[in-house]
Amino acid sequence: MELIYNPWPWYIAGPIIALIMVLLIVFGKSFGMSSNLRTICAIAGAGKYSDFFRFEWKNQIWNLVLVLGAVIGGFIAHNYMTNDYTINLNQTTIKSLNEIGIKNPGSSYLPDELFGIEALNSLYGWIYLIFGGILIGFGTRYAGGCTSGHAISGLSNMQLPSLIAVIGFFIGGLLMNHFILPFLL
Amino acid sequence: MKFLKFLVLGIIFGIIMSKAEIISWYRIYEMFSFESFHMYGVIGSALALGLLSVQIIKFFNLKSFDGNKIILNPKDKGIARYIIGGFIFGLGWSMTGACPGPLFVLLGKGVWPIMLIILGSVFGTFLYGLLKDKLPH
Repeated sequence: MELIYNPWPWYIAGPIIALIMVLLIVFGKSFGMSSNLRTICAIAGAGKYSDFFRFEWKNQIWNLVLVLGAVIGGFIAHNYMTNDYTINLNQTTIKSLNEIGIKNPGSSYLPDELFGIEALNSLYGWIYLIFGGILIGFGTRYAGGCTSGHAISGLSNMQLPSLIAVIGFFIGGLLMNHFILPFLL
Repeated sequence: MKFLKFLVLGIIFGIIMSKAEIISWYRIYEMFSFESFHMYGVIGSALALGLLSVQIIKFFNLKSFDGNKIILNPKDKGIARYIIGGFIFGLGWSMTGACPGPLFVLLGKGVWPIMLIILGSVFGTFLYGLLKDKLPH
């Protein structure tokens, strides 16, 4: 039982993610989470404003079902498979997080400074999360995929565009992590 | 019923993302700080096995379960859209500690503020749809 309740190592997670991708391929589909955001726009009627959202979204229902499963999976893991919600971080990371204003690094999955009650009671907290979301939605669609679509699926199929996209992910991520986050937090 | 297999795959995906702490803001932070191997192990091993599997599927011309030929769509050619779009997503990934998959897993975990990121990401996708003809691709 301990094996289930403890955090799972990368060499369990990575291969199962690969298995999910391969199963989707043999089911005649492809692994990509961000395209669901486009489907949601289409269902909400965004086709009135851009032909980008005029497509047969019904063909994408399988992917929305996958998303529903991911929500259920998150619920199951949280309620029935985890009893310690702290994140084990090394001392270097804890120190650098303290320096940029995170008080109790790793006390739960997400920092209270961004996702706690206090953050939600401030306009800044709302803007931070919504703006971060806009960057995710705009960037993934512009690049035509996210971590699953490019870093896993695209690179598995040796697509040069996916390599360029992943390099872009890291330039953006490193810039945010090292030079912008310290000012935002 | 035809959707049941996708529901099951989604549940497994959600459990893995949660149990391996891939949905944790801290795991993304330490990845971009190069202070832990965990996320590189996850993505690297998924990629290594994925690469091997896809090459096998291609080499043997394997068919999908419904008997059709498996077609792996190549990505459209281009540089600008991938580097700029990827860059913008990277900013958001590091800022929120979440990419599109984990957003929904975190919702299942009961982290309601995630709704704000999801709403933002739907709106960001909508913005791209409005502006796409004016952007370099």
